[in-house]
Formats: sequence, structure tokens, C-alpha cells
Amino acid sequence: MATVAEMPRETQTFTTVRTPDAAPRPVKVRGENVNVFYGAKQALFGVTIDIPEKAVTAFIGPSGCGKSTFLRCLNRMNDTIVGARVEGKITLDNRDIYDTDLDVVELRARVGMVFQKPNPFPKSIFENVAYGPRIHGLARSKTDLEEIVVSSLQRASLYNEVKDRLHEPGTGLSGGQQQRLCIARAIAVSPDVILMDEPCSALDPIATAKVEELIDELRTNYTIIIVTHSMQQAARVSQRTAFFHLGVLVEEGPTDHIFTNPIEKRTQDYITGRFG
Amino acid sequence: MTETTYSGSDAADRGNDMAARRKRRDAANRRLQYYGIGAISFAIGLLALLFASLIVSGYTAFTQTHVRIDFPISATHVKPDAIDQGNYRLVVRDALADLFPDVTSPADVRSLGQILTNNTQFFVRDAVLADPSVIGRSVTLEIPASDPFDQLNKGVIDRNVPENQRRVTDRQIGWFDQLVAQDRVTAPFNWALFTAPNSRFPELAGLSGAIVGSALTLLVCFVLSFPIGIAAAIYLEEFAPKNRWTDLIEVNINNLAAVPSIVFGLLGLAVFLNLMGLPRSAPLVGGMVLALMTLPTMIIVTRAALKAVPPSIREAGLGMGASKHQVIMHHVLPLAMPGILTGTIIGMAHALGETAPLLLIGMNAFITSEPGGITDAATALPTQVFIWADSPERGFVARTAAGILVLLGFLIIMNGLAVWLRQRLERTW
Repeated sequence: MATVAEMPRETQTFTTVRTPDAAPRPVKVRGENVNVFYGAKQALFGVTIDIPEKAVTAFIGPSGCGKSTFLRCLNRMNDTIVGARVEGKITLDNRDIYDTDLDVVELRARVGMVFQKPNPFPKSIFENVAYGPRIHGLARSKTDLEEIVVSSLQRASLYNEVKDRLHEPGTGLSGGQQQRLCIARAIAVSPDVILMDEPCSALDPIATAKVEELIDELRTNYTIIIVTHSMQQAARVSQRTAFFHLGVLVEEGPTDHIFTNPIEKRTQDYITGRFG
Repeated sequence: MTETTYSGSDAADRGNDMAARRKRRDAANRRLQYYGIGAISFAIGLLALLFASLIVSGYTAFTQTHVRIDFPISATHVKPDAIDQGNYRLVVRDALADLFPDVTSPADVRSLGQILTNNTQFFVRDAVLADPSVIGRSVTLEIPASDPFDQLNKGVIDRNVPENQRRVTDRQIGWFDQLVAQDRVTAPFNWALFTAPNSRFPELAGLSGAIVGSALTLLVCFVLSFPIGIAAAIYLEEFAPKNRWTDLIEVNINNLAAVPSIVFGLLGLAVFLNLMGLPRSAPLVGGMVLALMTLPTMIIVTRAALKAVPPSIREAGLGMGASKHQVIMHHVLPLAMPGILTGTIIGMAHALGETAPLLLIGMNAFITSEPGGITDAATALPTQVFIWADSPERGFVARTAAGILVLLGFLIIMNGLAVWLRQRLERTW
């Protein structure tokens, strides 16, 4: 039986099946008809989505489906890619983030990002976390800065493990600790939104469990958007799930609904493991 | 799929065939390995030959024959109120007359005086100037023997060749042997090779002027090429759009790195000396020319170092909301620095050994003092070697080789520093 992935492009639909939450949350980030091109190649086709505040939204889908591309639009990391072009409108708190007079530095201070591979700076643990507050001028004094560093590490559930070696290099930590250090570094600048691009794909199951636990704690204060390859992970940590396929947002809705009762056939196929 | 079964003889054939193929394969591997070993041995052999020939011809220059002489400083030749105007030539003559009372005819006195360096009187003057209390007494000094007697003492001049074919006469040899018998002749380490500037007389010539000149030239070269090279590389690597113009610039930089160095010398002559009127033979101009020559290498090395910084570090910085400037200055450049420094040192070592462009801007002048600044006339180590190699005196043969050894020593130190830096600062991420 041919899966949808093997069907000709023309026969695919570009519409999105949406299931609203039972108790709708306020919208934090909104994408309206977003198209992304890398040179002549179109990577995203008219993605429209509302991302709720103080909840975890998971983007799932097979490789190359555009979920990371969309995530990287949300803090304009695509700006750094030569030939990348974004059309449509993305708003954060109803403000267009591609507006010309919006400062991209300020945007990235409000929208933090955690990458696939843990990438601490080759500096001390303290310096890693202190970097953001320092460049954004968030600490008025040295004590202020220390306070921010300690509280960020605490909120990233890393403080107890590293409190005796804050001045040792961050690259000396284990992979899971490095990833939590990167999360601490991201929350040190008090962002509203944290983007996570497959944050656990380079980690072992125990480290993954710790990071997932942390994500669950963080959602009380932050809007979290996570791209993941693992459907189990999406099911465990997220409240809403969006399924991307070949650059199209196919279906989005409450996580339990997507996983137990998907409406679109492609979503069903993916979730049941027919492709992906 | 078809099932294949081998009969007994087939399997045996196959076995033989495989054994033969394996033998050929192993032989080919071994051959390749031997070619490599052969090539490396050849290269190392040539290098050893080079060093051996330099050391064999140059080692004698690391000692210098000295003659210990007592100079009576009489108040008639040297007036205490005008020490620097004393007649030291007579002081030297008197000292030699004391040693050889039977040498009296003017011609003999002159040829006796040739045993000591031509500048003996100035050594005596300097000693008296340093300590005026010796007037009226005598002062004992170790005076460098002149070049022919230095060579004689080192066995370079053969006593068995007929008298008319060597630079020292039998009588002079007799006097010198007398001095040896009196235990007045020594051959200590030749510190003057490093502390004295150049001289017409091999026994007095040293490299200090060239070493200081090279240091000043390299300083100018570094001050110019390091910041310009890094700035250009950062622009090309981090900011420049990828289009036809930047491609053209890149191709040109790569080509410039391959331009013969003498062309840069011609440029320096035409532009820096003739057009801009900068001083001739000056380390300033030498450094500028060498900076032009090193810049392409510098840019290429810096770009490679910047490229080697993993993109994840840039992403981390940008993701934190750091501006491009902050990402480059706080993260990329510090991480690229070990690579940049290694490349810089190797570039500087290259510049240190460069001769051709310096010849064109006059840094092969005969200069008998150390340069006091970057606009004073100076020579550099390679050009000093060039000058000495051109000099007819016998002593300069060994000194040329010694000069090359000193230059090689500096190059080895610089390259060793680069290797050490690379290992020391190498990071893992």
C-alpha cells in the first residue's frame, strides 16, 4: 500500500486539520501563512498556527518535513542562512517579529533557543550562564549576576550537581548536564519563549528523562516549543502537538487527541509507524 | 538466486588463486610503504647533509683566536686630560716591542703588527677610557688575532704550502709560535659573533646589527600584517556576501601568496622608496615589504582558523541574542586564536628568512652599528649572510656558515614555538 509520502505532490492537500483545546489558552506566538524558501527550494508551505502561552507545543514529523525550519523562523535564526527567505507573518505577543524596526537581538533575548547538540561555550560553567545577562545588561552588579547564575542553574535542576565547580569548563560536563547547562544559559536572560530543537537526540535515556522532567517544570513559567523525532517524547512532555509533513502543517491539536484520535490519514500513518 | 557449490578441485583452485592475490596485494602494500620510507629517508638525508656541511664549514667561527698582550700606558702617549686623543698606535707598537725586542726594522714592525687585529688601538683606548687609573701602569687585554692568524691557529692555513702561496710569512709564523709558546694565545667562544655589529675585518664582524635589524623588521611586519590580515579574514569569512566580487578577491589573495617575493621588493622600491620617499635600507620599509608578502598567507591561515570554529558555537552565541560583532569577538575569534597565532608565527618565520625583497630596498648595505630605530639603516640576518658570502676574506667563509646556522636556529625556535602553541592551546569541543 502506498503511503502518503509516496503520493505525487499534486494530490497532497495544503490545508491543516485543527482541533482546539477544550479550555483555550492565550496565544503567545502566531504564524500566519508562513512560506520559507532556501534559494529556489520551498521548505514550508503556508503554515498557520497558534502557539499557546505557558504550555509545551511539540512539532513532530519525518526528517525534512520543515519542523526545524519553522522553529528557526520563530527567533529568526534562519536569517543567518544564506539564501533563506521567509514570507508570511509571525507574531510574538501580537508584534510582527519580521518587522524592520524590530531588533533581532532583543527578539532573541525574548525567544531563547536550545540546540540539538549541547553547545556550551568553551568557558566556565559560570561564564556560560552569565554570558547572556552580561551582554543584555541584565545584572547591575556582581552580586546580581551571581544571583541570576545560581537561580538559572537551580531552575535548570543543575545547581546541586555543579555548585562546587562553577569555574570549571562547561565542556567538561556530561552530555545531559551540558544540555541542562544550555537550558540554564537560555533561561538566564528571562525569555518568554524557549525553542528546543531535538534537545534530547544526543542524550542517553536517563539524561533524556531528566531534561524532560525539567521541560515539564519550566512550562509553568515559559512558553516552550520543542521539535522532536520521538513521538513518545512528544506524548510525554507536550500539551499540544503539530504534525508536519513535506513542508505542510498537516494537523495540530491537543497532544492526547493527536496521538489517540488523529483525523488526517497522514497523521495516522506517521503515528502508527507506517512512514517516518 | 542460484545456489553455487564448489567441487573439491574448484575450491583448491580458488584457494590458490586467493593466496596468490593476497601475496600480490601484500607486496603492493609493502612497496608503497618502502617508497614512502625511501622518500622520507632521502629528504632527511639531504637535510642532514645540509646541516653537516654548514656545521663543518661554520663551527670554526664560533671560536675566535685571541692574543693576551700587556700594554704599557705611558703618560707621554696618553694625556690624562685628553684620554680619547691619546696616541694608541704607539702604545700598541711599544707593547709589541716589549714582547719582541729584536724586531726593529720598520717593515718587520709592520708585519709583526699584522698579527693583531687592525683595530687593536681602539680596544686599548676603550680600556683606558673605561678605567683612566691605568695611565702610568700597564693593562693586559685579550686582543682578537687578525683573520690570517685566526685561520692559522685553527689550522685552516696550511704551514706546509710554500710561503709565497699563503697569506702569512714564515717570520710571522715564527713570532706567532713564540706567542703560543708564551701561552698568550687562546681561542675562547666567539661572543662577538652575537654582540658585535658587522665589520670589514672578519675577526671583529658579528651579527648583532643584523639580529636587531631583523627583529625591528619583523616587528614592523607583524604590527602591519597581523591586524590587517585578521580584519580582512574576518570580513571575508563572516561578513562578505558570496558573490563574484568576493570570489575574485579570494582568487587574487591565493595568487598573491604565490607571487615571487622579489616582486614585492620591486614594489617596495618603486612605491615606498621612490614615490613615498621613505628612508633606504630601513627596517620600516623592510617590514612594510615583508608585510605585503606575508599578508596573503596571513589572511588564508586566519580564514582557515575561523572556518574551523564549529558552527554550533556561532549558533549558541546568536541564539543567546549576541550580535554578530559579539559572537565574533567573544567566541569565534578567541577560539580561532591558537590557529591564527600558529599561522602568524610560521608566516613571520618565512618573513625572517626572506632575502630578495630586502636586497632591492637596500638592506644589504655595509653597516657597522646596530640600528637605533626603525628608520635607521640596517641589515637583516639573511642579507648579512648574503654580504658575508660575497666577502673575499677567508674568515667570512666560516662566518657565512655560522650566520646561516644562527638564522636556522631562530627559524627552528619560531617553528618550535608554533608547534608548542598549537599543542598547548588546542581545544576540544
